[in-house]
Amino acid sequence: MTAVRIHGRCAAPGFALGPIHRVAARRGTYQSSGAPKTEAARLTAAIASASAALEASMTSARGEARDMLGFQVAMLSDAALAERAFHAIEAGDPADQSWATALDQEIAGYLDSADEYFRARASDFKDIKARVLGSLTGVSQQPIPRGAIVVADDLPPSLFLATDWTDSALLLRSGSPTSHVAILARARGVPMVVGLNGDLAAGRFAAVDAAAGAVIVDPSPEERRVFAARREAVAEALRDAAAHVNEPARTADGERISVLLNIADPKELEALNPAICDGIGLVRTELLFDGRSLPDEEQQLAVYRRIAEWAAGRPTTIRTLDAGGDKPIPGLTPEGESNPFLGLRGVRLTLAHPQVFKTQLRALARAAVSGAIEVMIPMIAVPREFDAVRRLLDEVVLELEREGTQHRRPPLGMMVEVPSAAIAIDQFDAEFYSIGSNDLVQYVLAAGRDIPSVADLAKTDEDAVLRLIVNVVDHGLRTSRKVSLCGDAGGDPAIIPALLICGVRHLSMSPARVASAKAAIADFRMTPSS
Amino acid sequence: MNGTGQATLINAVGLHARPSVKLTQAAKGFTARIEFALSPDGPWTDAKSPVKVMRVKASKGATLYFRSDGADAEAAVRALVDLVNRKFDEE
Repeated sequence: MTAVRIHGRCAAPGFALGPIHRVAARRGTYQSSGAPKTEAARLTAAIASASAALEASMTSARGEARDMLGFQVAMLSDAALAERAFHAIEAGDPADQSWATALDQEIAGYLDSADEYFRARASDFKDIKARVLGSLTGVSQQPIPRGAIVVADDLPPSLFLATDWTDSALLLRSGSPTSHVAILARARGVPMVVGLNGDLAAGRFAAVDAAAGAVIVDPSPEERRVFAARREAVAEALRDAAAHVNEPARTADGERISVLLNIADPKELEALNPAICDGIGLVRTELLFDGRSLPDEEQQLAVYRRIAEWAAGRPTTIRTLDAGGDKPIPGLTPEGESNPFLGLRGVRLTLAHPQVFKTQLRALARAAVSGAIEVMIPMIAVPREFDAVRRLLDEVVLELEREGTQHRRPPLGMMVEVPSAAIAIDQFDAEFYSIGSNDLVQYVLAAGRDIPSVADLAKTDEDAVLRLIVNVVDHGLRTSRKVSLCGDAGGDPAIIPALLICGVRHLSMSPARVASAKAAIADFRMTPSS
Repeated sequence: MNGTGQATLINAVGLHARPSVKLTQAAKGFTARIEFALSPDGPWTDAKSPVKVMRVKASKGATLYFRSDGADAEAAVRALVDLVNRKFDEE
């Protein structure tokens, strides 16, 4: 067999060598018996087995997850759910089609609801539909073996989190380096390549060099030797970098650069020494809002406090809820927008739900007593949005004062990720700015980050993007406001020199990127040596 | 034996997932047939079927009219009205 080289885009760097394991789509093929009696018996058995599997996973689930599973069990054990399906089977339809059609009707009923709580239930019924179809067709989600090169069209974040990725890599045909699974892969150091098209058949062997976006299928002995040598060289460079990871970042000519962390979950901090960073540049709060109901003030307060306490006095920038776009939240974000990236997302969404927004601002102002918490607002496009947020924060602080609740008014800053803000930055009276390069790049270059065929256009080091970054940095310098950058580019050793030349001095990145970013900073000289 | 009663949904989410399941669980504790509707003259929904209860999609502020028929009909309606008034013990 000859080796095949396939190229994609790097989503998370790293090396892996192993057998290819394909994650099949959940839907298998169903062979109808043609006899209504048999079809009905099969559907009854499939519902019972899906229900039993749900009850088994309930025993280890807690809180929201347990409620969700309990709801699905209650629905499955109600004969009314399958009534239409059994009627269709009597009329001669196969079990799978009868079930799918009946559930599609059920789902459509919820999607049509004017009440967003009920609209959001459509996803539960989609899940119920898939579970029963899975047991009808015998296709269920197989656990992923350790040490495999995992190939899939796309992978749900839940399956990523349930997998042991030791010595593994993830290869996706679709997907994007800025998808949620990619963010998880970078945070956990799992090599990941997206946008791959080629013959990646199960059982064949693959060598993955994710940083180069390269996959070699069935490598020759010579190719394996080259692969091993490159892997060892990179590992050595990483060991060198890791040796200095707890030292402050300085350029070759001694200029101090502040290195901050991007995190989504306080659990990511548990294994980290705070000395690796100068603070936290971006706390994503969407994960808090992932459950079936929105988190209350006390739940949020506990999480923000825990993060501030870990940072031990280092600046900790917490971003308010940034849902919408590629981050839907059932019951909150609108469904069926023709272009969610240009729709009700970020601050637009939170301003449309002032009670949700105020609860978060209250929790943040209360947590600010425990550390150097700063509050950052995503997706600001026009100054009046920022002014509206400032007024909400004023209200919240006044309320807390009147109640006598302990609090501190945190500094209020904004993300610069919409081109209008980057262009007219002097019109936005924020206390600090953080450039969100992922969204800024895709809005400036009109190239979607989830579309592999235009991914080559979406680069941070395009002139148009860098000019906007310079514009923001200059305004920050003139008016003594801090400017940081918290997109993926902030931790990318290939782009860091360009950012430093533009004058960025605060870089925020995922924890796994800190060592190589500090090494890239140490290699860079501000003034050409004479 | 017959029983009737009514209660307004005052909990934040209405007859949503958890409240629906709680309502049907409470109803199943009685032998009487129990139905409810959003208006006094129907259409009537079986209060023991979580799927049918969810399909009603009753939001906050809706009034539920109960009717029941069977040995413990009156106690059944009282229990369900009480559960709605207690906001399903959720808030």
